[in-house]
Amino acid sequence: MNRLSQLGVIVLVLGAWQVAAATGQLGAVPTPLVVAGAVLGLVLDGSGWGPLAETLASWFISLLLAVVIGVIIGFPLGVSRVTYRMSVVTLDFLRTIPALVFVPLVVLLYGAGLQSTILLAFFGAVWAMVMQTIYGARDLDPVARDTFRSFGVRRWDTVTRLLLPTALPYMATGVRLAAAICLLISISAQIVIPAGGFGEQIVVHQLSGALPEMFAYIVLCGVLGMAIDSTFRWFERSVLAWHPSHRKVSS
Amino acid sequence: MQSISTPILEADGIGKSFGDNQVLSDVTFSVAKGQFVCIVGPSGTGKTTLLRALSGLGPANSGEVRVNGRVVVQPPAELAVVFQDYSRSLMPWMKVGKNVELPLRRLGLSREERRKRVEQALRDVDLGHAEELYPWQMSGGMQQRAAIARSLAYRPEILIMDEPFASVDAQTRADLEDLMLDIRDRLGVSIVLVTHDIEEAVYLGDKVIVLSGRPASVAASVEIPLGTGRDQIETKSRPAYLELRAEIHRMIMRKSDTVAPQRAPR
Repeated sequence: MNRLSQLGVIVLVLGAWQVAAATGQLGAVPTPLVVAGAVLGLVLDGSGWGPLAETLASWFISLLLAVVIGVIIGFPLGVSRVTYRMSVVTLDFLRTIPALVFVPLVVLLYGAGLQSTILLAFFGAVWAMVMQTIYGARDLDPVARDTFRSFGVRRWDTVTRLLLPTALPYMATGVRLAAAICLLISISAQIVIPAGGFGEQIVVHQLSGALPEMFAYIVLCGVLGMAIDSTFRWFERSVLAWHPSHRKVSS
Repeated sequence: MQSISTPILEADGIGKSFGDNQVLSDVTFSVAKGQFVCIVGPSGTGKTTLLRALSGLGPANSGEVRVNGRVVVQPPAELAVVFQDYSRSLMPWMKVGKNVELPLRRLGLSREERRKRVEQALRDVDLGHAEELYPWQMSGGMQQRAAIARSLAYRPEILIMDEPFASVDAQTRADLEDLMLDIRDRLGVSIVLVTHDIEEAVYLGDKVIVLSGRPASVAASVEIPLGTGRDQIETKSRPAYLELRAEIHRMIMRKSDTVAPQRAPR
């Protein structure tokens, strides 16, 4: 029922698009059949793979940087109430700046390339990771902490067996958010600069009037986004099997 | 070898306040080796505060706690704590076996020795089958037994328990009480158990410390001469048991009558 109704909605939307486009209601927008043909073309003749690699590279490297640096900044801020209170206003200010305002700056410094899109995506995503890591580190249960203290558990074991597992659910959410933001900003930056990848292909095909290919790349962006999101959801479920929101309780 | 009369744990004039709110005042008592001491008092008297001072988790403002003659400034190595809230004291990301092994990791034991201790401790509390379960896959009573097993595996000289059976059902509670008596008899560990339940205190204790007043101090220290081999039905119907229970009950009632409900002068 669930799967079937989801599929039904998709079919309905595609059907409406097909009818509207075929009867000329959508102006220059091609029908879904034409777009599907263009997607198939990009996959089969191999011209889509290069841009895919560029977008994935920007996404992956910026995500990696955002996660590593986000944890390094967030953890110390989260474990102490003093450092958290000191830095909260600064963090709130920084994370509300839209990453794309730095396009002119990074293009000036690093040119129109991978380096620029990585920097922009990193700046957009790192705050999600910082904030989630802070929340995670602050969520330490006092009873659990007393338990570790009363047994005199060693510092390293306290980090790996108490602090990290406590923060892990929050950090996993942070990684999933950061992954979505990194893709979003990577593609946006590739359009605005333009700087390779799916983004530049969308601009190029729009300028040359190849609308089916332009829409094909837009569809591919959506597919990529969904694939990334479901991968991270699966990853979260498997790492956090013990967490109340993922438990399969037997008793 | 220590004689039975040498105190293993001494509380000497413990006072503790949080800001203007004085919770404990001049609490003094001692625990002999192998002795089962119950601290009883109504809710909100500062039993948990006292327990945190005893275990070095929340040091007192005045007076001192001594374990084997040494002044406690941080949790002493010869002491283990069983908390009331087992669901938060057992780590949900570790299986029961790993939870029990946790305090053993710093003792410099070999892997096999750690394994043996974990298995032994789990068998001691009748959880030999549960090593590979997560705590949240077990009932409340089983979880508290796992927490007790963790403390036993550590082989402490003193076991400190904070209302350990307050959140399990009556039958489980009786079973766990008998388990603790059995553990004390077999392993010779000294136990300090905090409870608000007078029946429980008299049934388990060799000595009952009655905590009362505001700030709380020791209203009485009552020896419980009911001997070993106690039984939930037989012991609890003995006249001596009933008398002691009534006596302690009266002490708590009388004490709380004479103390004004306002904050005590400092």
